[in-house]
Amino acid sequence: MTDLAKTPGQDPVAPLLEVEGVRKAYGDRVVLDDVWLTVQPHDVICLIGSSGSGKSTLLRCLDLLEPIDDGVIRFRGREISDPLVDPREVRRHIGMVFQAYNLFPHLSVLDNCTLAPRRVHGLGRAEAEDRARDLLTTFGLEEHIDKHPDRLSGGQQQRVALVRALCTRPSLLLLDEITAALDPELVGEVLTIVRRLAEEGTTMVLATHEMGFAREVATAVCFLHQGRILERGTPEQIFTEPREERTRTFLRRVL
Amino acid sequence: MSDATRAPEGGWTPSARELERRRVRRRQRTRSLLVASTAVVVVLGGLAAVVLTSPGWPRFQETFLDLDAAKESFPAIRDGFWLNVKLFMICEVFILVLGLLVALARSSRTPLLTPLRLLAVVYVDLFRGVPTILLVLMLGFGMPALRLQGLPTSGFFWAGVALVLSYGAYVGEVFRAGIDSVHPSQVASAEALALSRAQTMRHVVVPQAVRRVAPPLLNDFISLQKDTALVSVVAVFESVFAARDYAAYNFNYTSYVVVSLFFIALTIPLARFTDWLGRRALRRERAGAR
Repeated sequence: MTDLAKTPGQDPVAPLLEVEGVRKAYGDRVVLDDVWLTVQPHDVICLIGSSGSGKSTLLRCLDLLEPIDDGVIRFRGREISDPLVDPREVRRHIGMVFQAYNLFPHLSVLDNCTLAPRRVHGLGRAEAEDRARDLLTTFGLEEHIDKHPDRLSGGQQQRVALVRALCTRPSLLLLDEITAALDPELVGEVLTIVRRLAEEGTTMVLATHEMGFAREVATAVCFLHQGRILERGTPEQIFTEPREERTRTFLRRVL
Repeated sequence: MSDATRAPEGGWTPSARELERRRVRRRQRTRSLLVASTAVVVVLGGLAAVVLTSPGWPRFQETFLDLDAAKESFPAIRDGFWLNVKLFMICEVFILVLGLLVALARSSRTPLLTPLRLLAVVYVDLFRGVPTILLVLMLGFGMPALRLQGLPTSGFFWAGVALVLSYGAYVGEVFRAGIDSVHPSQVASAEALALSRAQTMRHVVVPQAVRRVAPPLLNDFISLQKDTALVSVVAVFESVFAARDYAAYNFNYTSYVVVSLFFIALTIPLARFTDWLGRRALRRERAGAR
């Protein structure tokens, strides 16, 4: 897997996602500035950097939750930053998990997981529920299937949120600091799932503060600083011999 | 990786692709504007054409939109409407106080206040269930008929009391919903600061509750403005009574339209204010949450 990250340019497989010169500003504040990123199938890209460096905004832009101010985003070879593209059509194939879980409190765990498959992807109730049950069981949530999200611990809720995203069988998974709101002891149970997804070859872009985890699962690590990807490399390279001084400063602070 | 290291550029000029995208967005906006305008003209114009060319339109105009009748009935309605406004302003104050007291009584936990709590429950159940017009009739005609010593006998006074009692029950429930909606953790942190239950209510819960229920409260007051018309049933000479008086003598219903316009002129500003208040509250609570 690490080989993929080392030689993305020569990879024969077409890239799943291409970000070219993306810019995003809120008024005068430039949040993303000329961001370039290529994601190949089965890549696990970890975005690291201090808060406010643009990690979350980048993920939100990729899911078309925020309009970009310049540049091009291509998904499966097609430009999705085109105003004529229907964002819902794009989001059908992209899963997103948020820092604050964002489960629907009025729906049971099972209904949370079957909502999009049934309403958006046209699955029948039985099929959608089978799929959700399978995934929930795989991730150790079988006893919570009929509960409402508020009854669950933070770690369990975040695992449900992951299952909810997976139930639509997305070809790209975006994870926005999904362990940042969890107690340290609950972080592990969520990361175990992500690790497993990485092993299964799920393509993921994730913003994270968990450096040890990034080092372990990432095929490539990107260091963001003031809205730019300052450095991209394999985990070994970024964590042992970063090229940029700012990366070094950042890693000294967090490791 | 070439994509990681690019020399920082000072100024930013939109790329050709971005300019093209802006052109497309502008075209999309122009098109939606065009569609919206066409839809408005076609639908509203069509409706107006149907109404104005219908065979009943001239008769309708005579009966409901007679300018002379409007002029004739206007002074009496205007004078009567002042009574509606007065009734509304006075009742509103009492309703707010009564409603808050009822809500507080219903959420009290002190054993000593148990009878008060029961009374509040019975009051809300009874007065929300009885039609307001029935209350106005009962109190407006009934209370003066009792000839109680020291109590006023005017229909205006008792009709006002009826409105206060009816709306007090509604508003009490609105306040209670607001109080219940304040998260228990707020009460816990107030108690952790050793505040008494009454202090917790007064300084922490009720202020948050009131802010939250302001829009539904204003909604109830818009409704109250209209329901001041109900006092006409106990022969108080307010605007609706004046309009009915005119219609009965002249067999022309333009006066009803005139009095409607009065009510609309009063309720629309309050309705807009309610909308604005609701939007502002939403903006404040959701500030920064995306």
